[in-house]
Amino acid sequence: MSTTASTTSPAKTDARRRGAGDPSRSLHKQKPKRTATDYVILVIAIIIAILIVAPFLLILINSFKSPADYSAGGPLQLPKAIDFHSIANFWNRVDFPLKLWNSIFISGLVSIFAVVISVLNAFALGIGRVRARTWIIVLFLLANMIPQEALLYPLYMMFKQVGLYDNVWSIIIIFTVIQSAFGTYLLSSVYGTFPKEILEAAALDGANRWKILWRVIVPISRPTLSVLLIFFFIWTWNEFLIPLTFLISNDNQTVPVAITALQGQRLMDVTTTSASALLGLIPTLIFFLIFQRTLTRGITAGAVK
Amino acid sequence: MTTLSAQRPPVRRPKRRNDSMLPYSGRGGFWWYLVPGFALLTVIILVPLGWNVYLSFTSYRGILPPIWIGGDNWTRLFSDQVFWTSFLNSIAMIIAMVVAPTLLGLVLAAMLFDLVGRKFGGKLASFLRATYYLPQILPVVIAAIVIGWILRPSDGALNNILNAIGLGSLSHNWLGSPDTALASIMVVMVWVQLGYPVVIFMAALQRVDPELYEAAELDGANWFQRFRAITVSIIRPEIFVVTLTCTIAALKVFGPIYALTRGGPGTSTIVPSYYSYSEFFQTQQVGYGATIATALTVIIVIVSILFILAQNRAEKAERSN
Repeated sequence: MSTTASTTSPAKTDARRRGAGDPSRSLHKQKPKRTATDYVILVIAIIIAILIVAPFLLILINSFKSPADYSAGGPLQLPKAIDFHSIANFWNRVDFPLKLWNSIFISGLVSIFAVVISVLNAFALGIGRVRARTWIIVLFLLANMIPQEALLYPLYMMFKQVGLYDNVWSIIIIFTVIQSAFGTYLLSSVYGTFPKEILEAAALDGANRWKILWRVIVPISRPTLSVLLIFFFIWTWNEFLIPLTFLISNDNQTVPVAITALQGQRLMDVTTTSASALLGLIPTLIFFLIFQRTLTRGITAGAVK
Repeated sequence: MTTLSAQRPPVRRPKRRNDSMLPYSGRGGFWWYLVPGFALLTVIILVPLGWNVYLSFTSYRGILPPIWIGGDNWTRLFSDQVFWTSFLNSIAMIIAMVVAPTLLGLVLAAMLFDLVGRKFGGKLASFLRATYYLPQILPVVIAAIVIGWILRPSDGALNNILNAIGLGSLSHNWLGSPDTALASIMVVMVWVQLGYPVVIFMAALQRVDPELYEAAELDGANWFQRFRAITVSIIRPEIFVVTLTCTIAALKVFGPIYALTRGGPGTSTIVPSYYSYSEFFQTQQVGYGATIATALTVIIVIVSILFILAQNRAEKAERSN
């Protein structure tokens, strides 16, 4: 996925000269011969890609326009002058740095706590193979599967009772449990196939369970744990229903909640709304660029049985 | 991911004590490691879930204590036109989030892997795959807001473009009129979901032996025949996983509805999760909201069980062949 834009341009030129069988132009000689149909299909694939990216591009160019520029030139024109007014307007209105910090704080703590809980659970279930483990794993899986609406009102009442309603810690606790439920399921099957020789060697050296867990199992499974950590972070970042319900005061809101809350307001002109969407997508875009390798590994790892 | 039961050594019955993977230790003390996780699971998931089921048998407005009314909420649910509308809209969401992305994803993944990857280079194929995946990385509400911005009624990009190319008569209040609101949300969801099956299926396709393809090609099978006979049968486990996870996600969908239409206009885009949310916090019919949420949970659990049974049956059928 690390391809840069430059690699597409020769292919695009190729596509325009469809059917050109000039051998000196082909980059890899052992590749099968390209037919006209191949080029048609390539063009279709590229058109689909452009359609998918188009909304992002529209948001990007229109966030840097002044409202007057937008109404004069329409959405497709490049901005006449780069105008930061819309972005600054939205940035200040929602106090964006605070919302960013809330999201980072919540997602960061959730991902750490949830990985720790997943490791402890999976140690008992995958390595320890406690009795009835299959049912316990099904229970954890269920916790991850049920709709959050079915927990929403009781949780709302409980957290109101203990005084954590409208407090970021309520979200941290809830999502630690929800994410670790998935982590327990995944990690239990990973630990179920942990190399036995390593465990035997560690036991022969006289290490106790606690030491074996933290000095042997956790370091060896670190790649899986880092995938989980990143996924928990992004999933928590993207959560909406429970943060929307629980974090009602402005100072506690997360980025998605704060941006959505402003959508209905008539005060938001067209370019400010565009800027709000831009600011909402930039953080996740940055994670994606930083972690893309881990992410692609993780997305596919979860699906293969 | 093999399930744990498959890992069990066959000679496990007689010696229960030494069942853990750690030698020289039984499995007794391992329970301690489950305590924090299990306590949290009980408090945050199991108790609220049971409580919610209880609330579905009560009349509760959020202030005075709940009053037991037996199955009244449930009889109301079955004759509630709005609930059935929300359920029908869920099926529309399944079409937009499961059926369309899976079918399109299969074709696109095969196209990228088989054709673009082989004939134009793997780098171009991965670049296109990353592009298709882009909407998946956004919080789904932000994705909805991006498209919502384009669909703004008076000054949105889509209407603006239609006017500019002389098709002004087609411009429309896309999200604000009952005839197009649901279809608009479906388009948003196809856009959001498409990348997920493409990425999963492309990874799965790496298991396909190219020689199988070449053999089929020599036998005169055309692309579509090869696709059906080889590709689809080899990546069937992934197709199951994708359809199951996406169906659950489609039944749960809330954010885009909240951000774009709040179930409106009227009830034309209402879905069960939004319906229960509005019963909880807008009309304060907590008992009835809990009933809708419980019904949704039951539906999701049934759907998952059916899927897993179907998958097991398909796997068995394959093994016996």
